[in-house]
Amino acid sequence: MLELLQVSMHYDTVEVLRNISLQVERGEFAALIGPSGCGKSTLFKLIGGLLTPTAGEIWLEGKEITGKTGHVSYVPQQNTLFPWRTVESNAALALEVAGVSKQTALAKARAWLPRVGLGGYEKAYPDSLSGGMQQRVSFLRALLAPQELMCLDEPFGALDALTRSEMQQWLLDIWEEHRRTVLLVTHSIEEALLLADRVFVLSARPAQIIEEIIVPFPRPRNEKVIALPEFTALRQKIHSLLAATRTNVANNLTPNV
Amino acid sequence: MAVLLLLVVWELYVTAYQVEAWLLPAPTAIVREAINNWPRVQMHTLATLEIAIIGFVLGTVVGLLLAVVLHSIFPSLRQALYPLIILSQNIPIIALAPLLVVWFGFGVLPKVLIIALMCFFPVLIAALQGLDYPNAAMLDYLRMIGARRGQIFFLLELPNSLPHVFSGLKVAATYSMMGAVISEWLGAQRGLGVYMRLAAASFRTDRVFVSIFVIVVLSLLFFASIAYWERKLIRWNSRGEGN
Repeated sequence: MLELLQVSMHYDTVEVLRNISLQVERGEFAALIGPSGCGKSTLFKLIGGLLTPTAGEIWLEGKEITGKTGHVSYVPQQNTLFPWRTVESNAALALEVAGVSKQTALAKARAWLPRVGLGGYEKAYPDSLSGGMQQRVSFLRALLAPQELMCLDEPFGALDALTRSEMQQWLLDIWEEHRRTVLLVTHSIEEALLLADRVFVLSARPAQIIEEIIVPFPRPRNEKVIALPEFTALRQKIHSLLAATRTNVANNLTPNV
Repeated sequence: MAVLLLLVVWELYVTAYQVEAWLLPAPTAIVREAINNWPRVQMHTLATLEIAIIGFVLGTVVGLLLAVVLHSIFPSLRQALYPLIILSQNIPIIALAPLLVVWFGFGVLPKVLIIALMCFFPVLIAALQGLDYPNAAMLDYLRMIGARRGQIFFLLELPNSLPHVFSGLKVAATYSMMGAVISEWLGAQRGLGVYMRLAAASFRTDRVFVSIFVIVVLSLLFFASIAYWERKLIRWNSRGEGN
């Protein structure tokens, strides 16, 4: 279980996060959604231990991990595959970092590649792959990592709409099979509702959690849920929440004449 | 193609205007001289090649080791050593070479030192560039999943520096031939530098050109062999930087 307790973050005088408290249960798929520039990536850097919060604590499986690295597996927003490593060697990287021997890590990656639709690409270099395939390798790298919690930072943000919806379905299938704890940051309402069990809605900067939504659709899911009336209703709800927080910011920015 | 055209124009010009051989010999005359005098040219070439390669290897090893030391082991030494390293490149070789001869005699050592001094600098600067500036997102990724300092070095910084190191090696390779000839010019028994000096002193311009040709060809071969190893070792698209 991941738990954030009253986490706040300031950069110098800029307040980025205010009193963020949230819980993600073990085996749960949670999504964070918020307006762009609201500090979602900062939140990931805090959970990943790259930054230490100004105030508050972060706990994972009963251990405090505030400011400590190495406790999460991670799918970054940008392509961070190592260009000098082959696909299989990239997929094995997180295992290698965790201290697994090179042979074992490679064997595991090789066994998995066909299952994520990358059979035959073991010896290819990342620059010869399409964006969607690169993200699959990046995702497999995180999936093979020993850490239970996976942090996905807008993993499909850079993909075109068609590839994106393909990848969402693909992720849905893989996740429903393996049920790792996932925290997904996204700015797509549909993506959050389609994939997650629980959605946290963040306000504009300084980010606060303004709503926690339990997504009611049963598993296994597919993209057909998008057509359900409940889906439309939830999407509308989140949309107006986000629109409202944006207006508030706009009002705050209006100079007092 | 351009080189060939230049040689043809040169040949035609020399024959048409009957230029004296001690002023400017025709390319064919130079080739003829190279063939006639081949045993001597070969002996001098091998001597130059020997010190150039030893100096290049020594300079490269020192440059790479110093880069790793300044990057990973004692980054604090950087501020102190940088002025000295820059200084080492500012000392004119013509001033330094006689000193090295005074200190180390007329043997191979002072010449190798001059070449190494010229070669270590481009390798050091290029390697540091590659080690210091890996992709920020890749670095964040590794730190986030808990990679230790040593893992970051071997998994990211070292491979990231490889394309940079090869750029440095190419510069060093051309420097090494130049450095070898200059150091021989200033005092040696054998080598293309000596051959060139003797030829110039006796107005054998054709022989001066023979040594220039040999030096140019050797430099190109040296450069090409490094480019070959670069292509073999760096099979990924280094321009893409993973994007």
